[in-house]
Amino acid sequence: MKRAAFSQPLMPVALLLPQLVIIAVFFYWPAWEAIYSSFFLQDPFGFGSNFVGANNYTRLATSSEYAKVAGFTVFFTVIVTVLSLGTALLLAVKADKVVRGAKTYRTLLMWVYAIAPPVAGFLGALLFDQNIGPITDLFAFFGYNLQIGLNYNDTAFAMIVVSVWKQIPVNFIFLLSGLQSIPVAVREAALIDNKSGTRRFWDITFPLLAPTAFFLLIINITYALFDTFGVIDIMVKGNPASNPITLVYKVYTDGFRGSDLGGSSAQSVVLMVLVLALTVMQFRMLERRIHYT
Amino acid sequence: MATVSVTDISKTYPNGAQAVHPASFDIADGELIVLVGPSGCGKSTLLRMVAGLEDITTGDLHIGARLVNNLDPAERDIAMVFQNYALYPHMSVAKNMAYGLKNRGASKEQIVAKVDEAAEMLSLTALLDRRPSQLSGGQRQRVAMGRAIVRDPALFLFDEPLSNLDAKLRHQMRVEIRNLQRRLNVTAMYVTHDQVEAMTMADRIFVLNAGRIEQIGTPSEIYRKPASTFVASFMGAPPMNLLSAQSVGGQVQIGGVALGLSCADGDVTVGIRPEQVAVTQGGTIPFKLTLVEELGASRLLHGTVAGQDFVVNAPNDDAALADDLMLDFAPDALHLFDAQTGQRL
Amino acid sequence: MTKISHNKKPLRLSTVVDHAILVIGALVMLFPVYLALTTTSHDNITLSREGLKFGFGDQMGVNFYTAMFEKGGFTEQIDGTKMLINSLILGIGFAIGKIVLSMAAAYAIVYFRLRFATFAFWIIFTTILLPLEVRILPSYEVVTGLGMANTYAGLIVPLLASATGTFFFRQFFLSVPEELVEAARIDGAGPGKFFIDILVPLSRTMIAAIFIIMFVYGWNQYLWPTLITTDESLFTLVRGIKQITQSVYEGNTIPEYGQAWALAIIAMLPPVLIVIFFQSWFVKGLVESEK
Ligand SMILES: Nc1ncnc2c1ncn2[C@@H]1O[C@H](COP(=O)(O)OP(=O)(O)O)[C@@H](O)[C@H]1O
Ligand SMILES: [Mg+2]
Repeated sequence: MKRAAFSQPLMPVALLLPQLVIIAVFFYWPAWEAIYSSFFLQDPFGFGSNFVGANNYTRLATSSEYAKVAGFTVFFTVIVTVLSLGTALLLAVKADKVVRGAKTYRTLLMWVYAIAPPVAGFLGALLFDQNIGPITDLFAFFGYNLQIGLNYNDTAFAMIVVSVWKQIPVNFIFLLSGLQSIPVAVREAALIDNKSGTRRFWDITFPLLAPTAFFLLIINITYALFDTFGVIDIMVKGNPASNPITLVYKVYTDGFRGSDLGGSSAQSVVLMVLVLALTVMQFRMLERRIHYT
Repeated sequence: MATVSVTDISKTYPNGAQAVHPASFDIADGELIVLVGPSGCGKSTLLRMVAGLEDITTGDLHIGARLVNNLDPAERDIAMVFQNYALYPHMSVAKNMAYGLKNRGASKEQIVAKVDEAAEMLSLTALLDRRPSQLSGGQRQRVAMGRAIVRDPALFLFDEPLSNLDAKLRHQMRVEIRNLQRRLNVTAMYVTHDQVEAMTMADRIFVLNAGRIEQIGTPSEIYRKPASTFVASFMGAPPMNLLSAQSVGGQVQIGGVALGLSCADGDVTVGIRPEQVAVTQGGTIPFKLTLVEELGASRLLHGTVAGQDFVVNAPNDDAALADDLMLDFAPDALHLFDAQTGQRL
Repeated sequence: MTKISHNKKPLRLSTVVDHAILVIGALVMLFPVYLALTTTSHDNITLSREGLKFGFGDQMGVNFYTAMFEKGGFTEQIDGTKMLINSLILGIGFAIGKIVLSMAAAYAIVYFRLRFATFAFWIIFTTILLPLEVRILPSYEVVTGLGMANTYAGLIVPLLASATGTFFFRQFFLSVPEELVEAARIDGAGPGKFFIDILVPLSRTMIAAIFIIMFVYGWNQYLWPTLITTDESLFTLVRGIKQITQSVYEGNTIPEYGQAWALAIIAMLPPVLIVIFFQSWFVKGLVESEK
């Protein structure tokens, strides 16, 4: 609050009201519903629901299918995060270093941010197309028959490639702006202190980038968990049962296709807890960021 | 033009911090008073209560004949110049000055006339179409002044208006503000932590310390008769020397040397300004010299008297100085303060 | 940006390597979209028979025309133009809604003496904790229950239930010097005048930056539109991608690659162009809003 804040009583209420109402109706109510219905089991014929306690949760804990999806989600998240962050770091360091064409490179490496995940998935479907896809052709040349949408591992591979491709720009933008915010004086001091460029990077630049990288870690995990929905939905080609999917995708298929409201809600709640933990981590990082800046 | 009358005004912030203890004073029409004191002593708080930017916790505030405690800032007929100028960055110089008038419903012609007049007065005419970002610090300061002037306020308020300027500009603007205030004959309250500004600009100085007004007086009163050790050491550069002394048998002495002053027996604090000390062979007070600071016309001799830090401002006669000197204090240049309370005796 | 000056030797190996890495990176980013473009320039039979083309053919105009103006290709009742309009409605509606709601809320929180300000702050900021995806099913039920399925409001408003914009504007307002509102109050500006005359003009860059971020975000929405719009006349381009892939990959006839990719290109183009042309605003918005 500003020290000479206005003291009109009604105006701020009127200003806040629209946002509060929308949040109440479209955030708190559904969030509450999710928690509430995770303790009920839907009658298969739609005649109401019965309270089943923590049953939906124990069902999850013992489901081998859920375990498989969770396993893939972890694997997928780690791989996508590591690959997209690593690639983006390499590109950002180079883009920060070159003198000529720096702006052009920046543009060329970030515009993919604007492509919607399902469109990225569709691009992937083209590249990996069974009949005409150039990557499929490339694999065929080496004697491997890639079958996206049919073979579990092949689909997983294609999903990872597309998801990494789509995420590189965000990481690139943040890492580049992190690099550029390192004061010139610090770089010059490092230049005087250390002859080796590689050592300078690991001793000076990388630690100074650490806050940005920590923060990006959370962003990437969130991306892999939630925002890849569109990529996955396109790439499983209507057949999620025999293809790799993530936890969020399962919430969707169980809830909307399987009509297992209770089970889907329980999964939602599990994800909520996960996101909550991530956010707490993020706030911890934020506190630590203050030390660096 | 107006008088200001303040009765038992005090401020307690919502967090419980009492920034201003109850204070009362009057300001005459056309007078420029300077609130001076160290950072955090409550100067801004006091000024902002007058402006209406902070609620008044207790007490009454009259501007002219009106009780203005519960009036909005815009209704108090005041103008304020801020330390960071607070110019509207997206408006031209002319628009910045005109904004207050526009809000008061002045006509276009009136606004143009006022703005032109103020711009003329402040040599801003050529800059009227510029944005604040295209101005130098000194020019921004002038625009802030202009914005205050166009409103024809009853009372000018300044909160450290020169603190963001370099030394030379500061001096120049000091003179300019003073002239302007005289010419317009507007009552003004001016906040600064710079005692030189206070001494040179004020009709009367209010010295604040920890939320209380320690002394009110003309610059020369403040200089000659500081009401407390705080005022004595805050006003004047270099500050007044303050020495712990004893009164024995009614005679004040330091290191066994009587100073020719009398008061009741006990501990006292003796003050003397560095420029009122003479270095002479015939002096009675021994001074150990440790460092000489050349100022050109004079020099500052740093050292100790009776083991206590002491500074002498001596004329620069280029003479070589020994390490042990003798000083002479004129008795009428000495100030006596209570050793416990610091109040003038 | 100041750079440490580099040696001006004409060609150093490391510089060549740096550029090579960046060029490869840029090509990898471009390649899929380039292929999508060439795909739109051939007819379907050629593509099915001869595989993907790396060069441009002469069918681009035909394919774009068919995709934009003919109904019944991938969906029954809607052509590309209508989907484009729907996408614009979603992107612009979402961005404007977000800016209006969050500026108003942030203004109330920062510039007013409000007893429950801290409480309101937390009510709003908790929404950052849970993305729409994790509460998707109950959100669907709530919105359907309110009769908002298959309406523009049902499409846009539930997406607005998040605090990102408010947080962004709050940070910005807090960084505006205190004295500005004080000067304005002395100048006789009340809360409404101050907002319109001073704060909004001051926030222009911020508004532009957040508009770009939010437009792209809204335009690219997929899961929510997929659930809440089953009526084809409300399909956005991104929502339509699902139908398009289905008809390309699950139909029995010759896949209509050309038209499908024409639509996909249209789905990419506006956000990509905005991000490229308003790059500095976009980067500012992105970097600042995530802080
Ligand atoms: N909004 C506030 N809330 C609580 N305490 C404040 C506030 N503003 C100032 N203070 C406190 O009041 C005292 C006086 O502040 P101020 O009037 O700004 O001092 P000055 O202008 O003399 O430097 C300080 O101790 C300061 O910390
Ligand atoms: Mg102050």
